[in-house]
Amino acid sequence: MLFELIMALTKEIIKERLTEKFGEQLTEWAEPYGMLTFTAPAEMNLKVMQFLYDDETLRFRFLTDLTGAHFPDRKGEELSVIYHLHSLENNIRLRMKVYTPIEKPDVFTATQLFAGANWMERETYDFFGVNFVGHPNLIRILNVDEMDYFPMRKEYPMEDPTRIDKDDEMFGRGGTVV
Amino acid sequence: MVEMPKGYSGEGFFATSFDKVVGLARKNSLWPLPFATSCCGIEFMATMGANYDLARFGSERMGFTPRQCDMLLVAGTIAKKMGPILRQVYLQMAEPRWVIAIGACACTGGIFDSYPVLQGIDQVIPVDVYVPGCPPRPEGILDGILKLQDLVQNESLRRRNSEQYKELMQSYGIQ
Repeated sequence: MLFELIMALTKEIIKERLTEKFGEQLTEWAEPYGMLTFTAPAEMNLKVMQFLYDDETLRFRFLTDLTGAHFPDRKGEELSVIYHLHSLENNIRLRMKVYTPIEKPDVFTATQLFAGANWMERETYDFFGVNFVGHPNLIRILNVDEMDYFPMRKEYPMEDPTRIDKDDEMFGRGGTVV
Repeated sequence: MVEMPKGYSGEGFFATSFDKVVGLARKNSLWPLPFATSCCGIEFMATMGANYDLARFGSERMGFTPRQCDMLLVAGTIAKKMGPILRQVYLQMAEPRWVIAIGACACTGGIFDSYPVLQGIDQVIPVDVYVPGCPPRPEGILDGILKLQDLVQNESLRRRNSEQYKELMQSYGIQ
């Protein structure tokens, strides 16, 4: 215990402990802007997060952010859920990504472990359609309840579809001005 | 002080037409109901402050209850989810009532041409005065209120019973 207090937690130690426990299942290790990032298989997201939570040297007990993304080019794993974890005692941040296919986007919910994941998962469901298995109340949170599509997916435009008075020429689309 | 309307005056009496007096009274005591959602709300707060005082035009008391107010000042971006709520607030106001749309977002959706934003509050409630700007300066908001005052003064007393008004309300689905 005293030895761990003297030795500050570094990214190498985190990576070592994670590969020790999970081995080759964690892939795509990278450090964009200095934050250690890795990808885990979708079924294992809870196992990895639980390990990061329980482990006495790692202590990743704070979920900073939970968000989604849509990558239409990654066939078979288009939707991704991204978790940002923070270890308060060690002041180290970690990013975990999971990918899931768009036909059946099931991911286990993190609400049992982190209560703050509740609304964040609802938002990810609302905008991307990721189905969080085991979520207590998975309904739309920010959009109107009657909306029947998931707006942040790449196939849907940002603009409001009900406007009839937009001049295409002014927006650089068609018209007489190329 | 406001100017007296034209009429016959004599020893202890003043005769003028009813709608002039009512118009005068209404226009100089418009109680606003602020429906401030975002940045334009702050400009509205500045208008109510001491520098660009709105109270000198009669809007001294800002009741935040629709039951007691005359004009609804919608300032800020209204999302599609907020639309029914805005409509509810408008329906709860008592006649006579007027609506001012302050800022680009309330007028037409502003720079937020996107799926969650209501592209103009006139899709849910009838609007009397539009104040453009992003955000409009307090002088702009005052100009809008003064235009509304002109509207109020010159409005006929039977306007709310006229066919045109009824058709307008019908088009919004308001009884």
